[in-house]
Amino acid sequence: MSDLTRRRLMLGSSALGIGGLLGGCELIENGPRRPGLYGLSDTLTLATQRFLLRDQPLVREFGPEAISAVFPTINTTDPDNSDYRRSKAVGFSDWRLPVSGFVERPVAFTLAELKAMPSRTQVTLHSCEQGWSAIGGWTGVPLSHVLASVGLKPEARFIVIRTVDGWWDSYDLFDALHPQTILAYGMNGGDLPVAHGAPVRLRVERQLGYKSLKYLASIEATDRVDGLGQGRGSMVSEMGFSWYAGI
Amino acid sequence: MMVRAEKAVPRHPLWVRLTHWVNTGAFLALLVSGFAILLALPRLFWGETGANDAPAWIVLPLPVNLEQTGWGCNLHFLAAWIFVLNGALYGLVALASGHFRRRLTPDRDQLHPRHIAADIRAHLRLTGSGAAGARRYNVLQKLAYLAVILVLAPVMLLSGLTMSPGVTAAYPELFTLFGGRQSARTIHFLSAAGLVGFLFIHVWQVLANGPLDLMRGMITGRSARPTSGPAPRERIPTKWLPVRRKNARQNKGRETPA
Repeated sequence: MSDLTRRRLMLGSSALGIGGLLGGCELIENGPRRPGLYGLSDTLTLATQRFLLRDQPLVREFGPEAISAVFPTINTTDPDNSDYRRSKAVGFSDWRLPVSGFVERPVAFTLAELKAMPSRTQVTLHSCEQGWSAIGGWTGVPLSHVLASVGLKPEARFIVIRTVDGWWDSYDLFDALHPQTILAYGMNGGDLPVAHGAPVRLRVERQLGYKSLKYLASIEATDRVDGLGQGRGSMVSEMGFSWYAGI
Repeated sequence: MMVRAEKAVPRHPLWVRLTHWVNTGAFLALLVSGFAILLALPRLFWGETGANDAPAWIVLPLPVNLEQTGWGCNLHFLAAWIFVLNGALYGLVALASGHFRRRLTPDRDQLHPRHIAADIRAHLRLTGSGAAGARRYNVLQKLAYLAVILVLAPVMLLSGLTMSPGVTAAYPELFTLFGGRQSARTIHFLSAAGLVGFLFIHVWQVLANGPLDLMRGMITGRSARPTSGPAPRERIPTKWLPVRRKNARQNKGRETPA
């Protein structure tokens, strides 16, 4: 836990330092890059919010009575992928989630192994960049626990997550190790439905919905993300959206 | 010899002109990009939640377009930073320099009901409320500016921040203030509509009150105004002449430019 505190301080202060470098478009050292004025405003937003969130507050959690009757499903709602369909047919019993990269003990977890880990249930507000919002209840294992169990190496600075339907995104440890960042296998008291990303989806509660990837396929700890793809840090960033979506 | 002339008089200091035009650009960018974002879900809700299949308070008669949120969000948040930093600069200088008190706070006589009634009648006469030549802003003008600066702009900013999952993690009180995320979104839309209403009246008042002279005042900082007497109705033909005549008088003995 003291390690988390140290990292938190480090990351918080580095984000503040970035705030002074108005001309730069490097949000975080070795992190995603974005040129131009939008890179500048993204940097201002990230630096400001890292300062506001320096004590790692939790987002609001609701009681189960607040859960929305309507929770929209967008983008992929049933991956068109033969491995996925076969896995779905056997209740995801053969599904594996490899955790690799800068970790001491790379492991491919089964769904049962994830469910055997300490769980967290959180009823939270999901906010989409398209304007809608809905309240859902999510049950899963904190990503910080999964990473601790494989032994995150000190060089690790980012967590890259890829999905069955070809999406990928990255998170720095400030968000990856937040207590409400969970790998969710349950929704509203039941199993996570296929339309919502079964068997396991990510929840990153302090950012817009597009950072909470569905249909997780792999987790990788890296020391940098500026060499991945176009160097923007995620698939949606390459489509023109902000990498950091705390808005 | 005693020419009752209009002369160019200081109208707006540099910081007012700069922040005015920076704000104009930021506001128009926010308006266009905000509209683009709205098209993804042209429905308004109260409370925390709202979506296409959820019951809406208002369904706006706009085409749904999901493809505009990328550039819409980028431009909106860039323009929002400019709007906020520029607005903070304006607010600080306006407070420190006494601009709020001297220029924007209605004077005691202006708050008399008869004065206000007369001012309303002057505005309803579409020939213009005499804003261009006046020594001070009229009371409706002052109240409109104060409503924008002290009410609409802060509500716009705070309701916008209430839609930010990052900011509300730090300040969940914002949800309490507006009654939920979708309420904040609805109030954001309504106060934007209020600002657009202000923009229309603002531009109408400029057009009805000697637009060339008012634009000159907001760009160069100086505008024509009579040395005495009420605001002239006709000012465009005599706009430059008196200034030149005065300069010519001052330059007596030197070569006078043609």
